[in-house]
Amino acid sequence: MNASSFDSKRFLGRLGSYMVLLVFALIAVYPVTRILTISLRPGDRLLSTSLALFPDDATLENYRVLLFETPFLRWLFNSILVSLVVTVTGVAFASTAGYALSRFKFAGKGAMLSGLLVTQMFPATMLLLPLYVVLINLQLLNSYLGIIIIYTATALPFCVWQMKGYYDTIPYALEEAARIDGCTPWQAFYKVIFPLAAPALVITALFSFMTAWNEYVVANVVLQDTNLFTLPLGLKLFQGSLTTQWGLYAAGALLVSIPVVLLFLVLSRYLISGLTLGAVKG
Amino acid sequence: MSEKTRFRLFLLFLLGPTIVLVLAVVAYPFFYNVVLSLSNMNIYHIRDWEVIGLQQYAAVAREPAFWSVFLKTIIWTGVNIVFHVGLGVFLAVLLHQKFIRGKSAWRVLLILPWALPQYITALTWRGMFTAEYGAIDIVWRQYLSLPAIEWLTQPGPAFAAAILTNIWLGFPFMMVIALGGLQSIPAELYEAADVDGASEWKKFWNITVPLLRPVMIPAITLGIVWTFNNINVVWLVSNGGEPNDQTHILVSYVYEAAFTMYRFGWAAALSMIIFFILFAFTQVLLKRTKATEAAY
Repeated sequence: MNASSFDSKRFLGRLGSYMVLLVFALIAVYPVTRILTISLRPGDRLLSTSLALFPDDATLENYRVLLFETPFLRWLFNSILVSLVVTVTGVAFASTAGYALSRFKFAGKGAMLSGLLVTQMFPATMLLLPLYVVLINLQLLNSYLGIIIIYTATALPFCVWQMKGYYDTIPYALEEAARIDGCTPWQAFYKVIFPLAAPALVITALFSFMTAWNEYVVANVVLQDTNLFTLPLGLKLFQGSLTTQWGLYAAGALLVSIPVVLLFLVLSRYLISGLTLGAVKG
Repeated sequence: MSEKTRFRLFLLFLLGPTIVLVLAVVAYPFFYNVVLSLSNMNIYHIRDWEVIGLQQYAAVAREPAFWSVFLKTIIWTGVNIVFHVGLGVFLAVLLHQKFIRGKSAWRVLLILPWALPQYITALTWRGMFTAEYGAIDIVWRQYLSLPAIEWLTQPGPAFAAAILTNIWLGFPFMMVIALGGLQSIPAELYEAADVDGASEWKKFWNITVPLLRPVMIPAITLGIVWTFNNINVVWLVSNGGEPNDQTHILVSYVYEAAFTMYRFGWAAALSMIIFFILFAFTQVLLKRTKATEAAY
C-alpha cells in the first residue's frame, strides 16, 4: 500500500516534469512556426486569423517574389561580405592578442584586460554618436569601411577574453618543447598552439560572424542607401509604417535565420563550455 | 638584434593590431564623447560647436522624461532578469533530473530563442502582437476569451509586449549556464540528503541554490548589463518608442535623442550617465560577491 502510493506520486512527478518541459518547448518553438506559416500564405490571404501550421493553399510565391523582385539577394551579398570580413579580422586579431595576454608579462597588461571588460558597459550610443560625427566629417557615411571597423571592435573584447581563457588551459611546456626543437616564438605559436586552440577559434569566428550578421542599430545609422543595406535593414524595410509585407518579411526571416540557427545549435556545446570556463576563471 | 628587442617586436606584432583598433574605435570615441557631453553640439551647431561645461548634464537631470524613462529601465531590467533567472534555473533543474529521456533534444528546442537573431525575434513578436491578425491577439481573445488589448498602441501593453519578447529570448542563456552549474554538483550530496530523508524542496534550497550561486552570479551580472543596454528589442518591438515615445528605456531614449533629434551634446551627456550607472553597479556587485567568496 505504502509502496504503491509512493510509486504513483513519483509517476505523477515525472509526468508533471515532462508536461512542463513540453509547454516551454512549445513556447520556444511557436514563434518560429508562425514565421513558417506566414511565409507560405498566398499574397491575398496574409491577414488571416487562422492558426493552422500549414495554410490550406500553401504556396512558395512569397519566396519567388523575395528572391527575384526585391533587392533581397543584393542585401544577402552585402551581409555576407561584411560578416566575412569581420570574421576574418576578428579571428586574426583576437587569436594573436589573446595569445600575448595569456602567455607574456608586460606593462599595462592588467589595464588592457580590465579595459576590454569596461567596454561591455558602454551603451550603444556611447561610441556610435562620436563615430557618427567623425564619419560625417570624413564623409564615410554609406560606406562599409566604417561599419566593418565598428563591428570588429564591438566583437573583439569578448573574443580576446575568450581566446585568452582558452590559451590559459594549454600547458606552456608545449611551446618550450617547440623552442628546443628550434622553432621561433612565432612558429611555436602558429604551428603548435594555434591549431590546438581550434574550439576557441570556432567560437570566436561564430561570435564575430553573428555580431555582424545580426546587427541593426549601428547599420541603421551608418547605411542610408538601400543598395548598401545589410539584411537586418532590408527585412525591417518590409515592415513599413503603414503597410507591412508580412509574407516577404516572413520568407526573408526564415531564409536568414536557418543557417545561423543551425550553426548556433551545432556549436552551442563549445560556446557553453567557453562561457562556463570564463565564469569559473572569473 | 638582441633577444629582448626581438621579444618586444614579437609582442608588438601580436598586440599591435588590436591596440590600434581599440584606441581608434573605442578609446578615441570615448574621450570624444566626453568632450561632446560638455558641448552644445546639435543639428544647428554641427561644425561651430563650443564647450559649455556641465550644462547638458544639468539639462538631462531637469528633463522630467529622463526620470520616468530611468524608472522604466529599472522595471525592464528587474522583471527581465527575475524571469530569465527564475525560468532558466527552473527548467535546468527539471531537465537535469535523472529520469528525463532525450536531454539533448529538449535542450536544442529550449535554446532555440537564443539562436534566433534578436532583430528577427523582435520583428516577429511585433507581428504576433498586432491587433486582430496577430497570433497572440487571436489566442488571447478567441481561445482565452479575455478582453481585447491593443498591445502596440497603448503605452502599458506596448511596454509589456517588449518585456514579454525579451523574457522569451533571454531565458535559454540562464538555463544553459545553470545546466553547466548543476553538472558540477556532486551527486553524493543529494544521496546523503536522501538518507537523511530531506524533501525535494529542502534539497533544492540547501544544496542546489548555494552551489549554483558562484556560477550564476557572473552570468547574472553580465545579464543585467546586457539587459540594461539592450536597445534592439525595445526599439524594434515598439517601432522606435511607439506609442508617442512612451516605451523607451535609457538606451533607446538616447538613441532617439541622438539620431532622430540630433541633440548630440545632450545625448552624449546621457550616454555618460548610463555608463556611470552601470559601472558603479558592477563595481559594487563584484566587490560584494568577492566578499562572499572569501567567506566560504
